[in-house]
Amino acid sequence: MNHPGTRRRPSIAAIVGALCFLGFLALLFYGVHESDRVDRDALPSPLIGKPAPQFALPVLHEPGRLVTSKELLGAPYVLNVWGSWCPECRIEHPVLSNFAMTKRVRVIGYNLKDEHNDALKWLEQFGNPYMLVLSDYDGRAAIDWGIYGAPETFLVDGKGIVRWKHVGALDDTIINDELLPQLKRVEAGK
Amino acid sequence: MKAVAHWFAGCAVALGLLLSANQPARAQSVSDATPLQFQDSTEEARFHALTSELRCVMCQNQSLADSNAQIAHDLRREVLKLMREGKSNEEVVAFLVQRYGEFVRYKPAMEPSTWLLWFGPVLLLFGGGFVVFRIVRARGRHDVTAPDDEQEW
Repeated sequence: MNHPGTRRRPSIAAIVGALCFLGFLALLFYGVHESDRVDRDALPSPLIGKPAPQFALPVLHEPGRLVTSKELLGAPYVLNVWGSWCPECRIEHPVLSNFAMTKRVRVIGYNLKDEHNDALKWLEQFGNPYMLVLSDYDGRAAIDWGIYGAPETFLVDGKGIVRWKHVGALDDTIINDELLPQLKRVEAGK
Repeated sequence: MKAVAHWFAGCAVALGLLLSANQPARAQSVSDATPLQFQDSTEEARFHALTSELRCVMCQNQSLADSNAQIAHDLRREVLKLMREGKSNEEVVAFLVQRYGEFVRYKPAMEPSTWLLWFGPVLLLFGGGFVVFRIVRARGRHDVTAPDDEQEW
């Protein structure tokens, strides 16, 4: 049974098998490791690097006035999706307010599927960090943005190109490590 | 009606808070949704076939047809609207992929970045087949030589 010829042949198969097994283990490990991410459910936006969708949305605080996507061209802006029905937005609110206060960039609110009065009351109660709040009452325009909940935050450059998106509440780490570097790149014209 | 709506909203917020105790669950709006009205059974059948091929972006293990998330309601409404505008199934799917990414397809498109996904199982099958083939052939040799050894007695 110790014939060298018969021993070596199955060992090649064993090596292939072992490699497959190790590859499988690595895949499992990668899966487990990735499942630890807080934003593991977040979908990458296909809009990054593409023009932001065209829209004409009413302004929350000025009934009757519509703002179009064209009016916002010329300088970068941060678009923050929120709703008074959204508990996570309340957690995000102080972080966003601090960021907006630095006046680093225009922060525009996107009030998603809200009742007009509820939205106004929410901003009165917690403070209004936004330069401008757009209302999307039926959520139709949100589909063009690929919005599927709140909070979500976009960075759009002066030419109207979507440069960055975050799904879920912003925190200081995300602002410092992701949003601000992206903004610098936008301002440097890259 | 208003009171009922508020009660539901309250429940949803309470549930949201409950969930967010474990994990940062993302919020959904809770505005009510009237059921979709179909013109005829052909339209209904096409709608169901199409939405069961699309994945809900919110509760990611459900199809767009099954999901009860608010965004799924909205997207179903949008799908029906596009169908009525005369868009083909491919055009409806392309509309959603443009906005929400390849993720919404249960059947990913055939392109270089998805080749591994499409052909990976076949590759694995061939790899496994090769291993089995080597083992069986090696055993086969054993069986051929073994009777020779035994005949020596």
